[in-house]
Amino acid sequence: MSGKDISEQKFGLFLILPSLIILGVVALYPLFRNLLLSFMGSDGQFAGLHNFLLLLQDGRFKKSFLNTLLISGISVPIQLSLGLFFAVVLHKKFLGREVVRTAVFLPWALPTAIIAVTWKWIFNDFYGVFNDLLLRLNLINEPLAWLGRPNLAFFCIIFAEVWKCTPFVVVILLAGLQSIPSDLYEAISVDGANAWQNFKLITLPLLKPALLVALIFRSIQTFGIFDSIWILTGGGPGGSTESVSLYIYDTVFRYLKFNYGATLVVFNFVISLTFVLIVYYMFATRRQFEY
Amino acid sequence: MSIEKRKKNAVWRKLKISFFYLLIIFIVFFHLAPFLWQVISSLKNAEEIYSIPVKYFPSSVSWDSYKHLITSPVFLKNFFNSIIISLATTFFCLVFATLSAYSLSRINIKFKNLLQLLLLLACLFPQIIFLVPLYEFMAKFHFINKSFALVLPYVTFSLPLAIWMMAGFFQTIPKELEEQAMIDGFSRMKILWKIILPLSWPALATCAILIFIGPFAWNEFLFALTFMTRDMSRTVPVAIALLSGASMYEVPWSRICAACVLATLPVVIFVVLFQRKIIAGLTRGALKG
Repeated sequence: MSGKDISEQKFGLFLILPSLIILGVVALYPLFRNLLLSFMGSDGQFAGLHNFLLLLQDGRFKKSFLNTLLISGISVPIQLSLGLFFAVVLHKKFLGREVVRTAVFLPWALPTAIIAVTWKWIFNDFYGVFNDLLLRLNLINEPLAWLGRPNLAFFCIIFAEVWKCTPFVVVILLAGLQSIPSDLYEAISVDGANAWQNFKLITLPLLKPALLVALIFRSIQTFGIFDSIWILTGGGPGGSTESVSLYIYDTVFRYLKFNYGATLVVFNFVISLTFVLIVYYMFATRRQFEY
Repeated sequence: MSIEKRKKNAVWRKLKISFFYLLIIFIVFFHLAPFLWQVISSLKNAEEIYSIPVKYFPSSVSWDSYKHLITSPVFLKNFFNSIIISLATTFFCLVFATLSAYSLSRINIKFKNLLQLLLLLACLFPQIIFLVPLYEFMAKFHFINKSFALVLPYVTFSLPLAIWMMAGFFQTIPKELEEQAMIDGFSRMKILWKIILPLSWPALATCAILIFIGPFAWNEFLFALTFMTRDMSRTVPVAIALLSGASMYEVPWSRICAACVLATLPVVIFVVLFQRKIIAGLTRGALKG
């Protein structure tokens, strides 16, 4: 290494130092701290696997875990397919496309919490516009308590999540679509391919990397769903819509069980990480995750 | 082709186009409806908001809810908190991200992979993973109820998007520009300051907007709920969420809707004005593989 290279190195490190430090303190340190807390009792003594054994017998955790799986399992596929549909439509050239793109992008930028408040008002059982619309269309005979019944509350939560998060998928897929060279479509049209064949033979295979990124991000984020449930149902009625994040929040900040909360976090993290690694090694090449 | 067949084709095409535009209208409506409903609800008076069946347009526009909000000291303070915290987040994140992104895209440094890994960690996993130790940290150093308690995590979790975006931008600047400057005896610092930065203002502006409207400045909820425990320290989303949990006879919904409109307005304005640039910036950085 020449002297110039060394000073380049120093300068380069100096530039990333603030980011490294702050990421280390705020993102990396909590991981290790969680791990440490999860092996300790509330008295601060080493407790071995005690907390993890508690977790295995915890019915409320199991319920919240299944709820979260259900919400993710239903809403993520909808987000992806709807996002794919919107992206393909918005990729076409048509009059007013920029206006439509603005409208479709908007939900991503709106505060999740405030949108949840909006949905709470729309789904209100007495004064909500959703009931009113369904009544006017004669689809229901009497107002339904959308947030007061487990199945209906699930519907509302998934609806809100899909509405809010599909735009993220659209943006990622639009970027993917833009990177597909248009001469591929020209080449295949010479062979007489129709729109569906275009989509199946070119768009979908070449969009796979973008779809994969969207799948991983949306699954992990939806698995951590908190804001909208906290506001829409608070986990109710009777814990029927409680997600893992909500349960962890309650464990720590209502029941003040720090160590058990940390244990739940560790478990949650391991599950998420396993999911990422499985998807990653099954489908992906390394390039996609580098900028 | 026979004339009849050609006519049939023309009709078919017109049908297809009308169907397409119907679809477009539906898509736009689907995405705007909740927001529009908030606006309409916020303009109803305290009685009309609870009328059954629901009135789709208020018989008269009432600004009472807005008047009440902009004279409420707590709401103004919450709004002010949100602005200060978001601006501070945007500023610090922009500085850190620009420096890191330049280093990542131009200098072949050690720890590059470590930084990439940390960025991935910070943007991939949900906030709840980090919440408990961060709360412990904030409580230990007496940062609870202080803006710093939010600015620190917000800057951190906004970094990935901002760095990827800026790195994506730096890669579009030709390297020859810098090589020439180096031959002329410019140091790296001087190149960054005198050549790169003046070229980067548009990208920096887009990046700043992206940070501001991203999930971790104006919009964040969980950290704000946890680290701000006093009414006067809260940010707008938390304040509104807590209001909406109160009994509807205590706080009329028209007022909550008005608060929602005011709180989403800054974001809506940014998106409407800069949608093109924001999406371009998001996609240039995030997905280059």
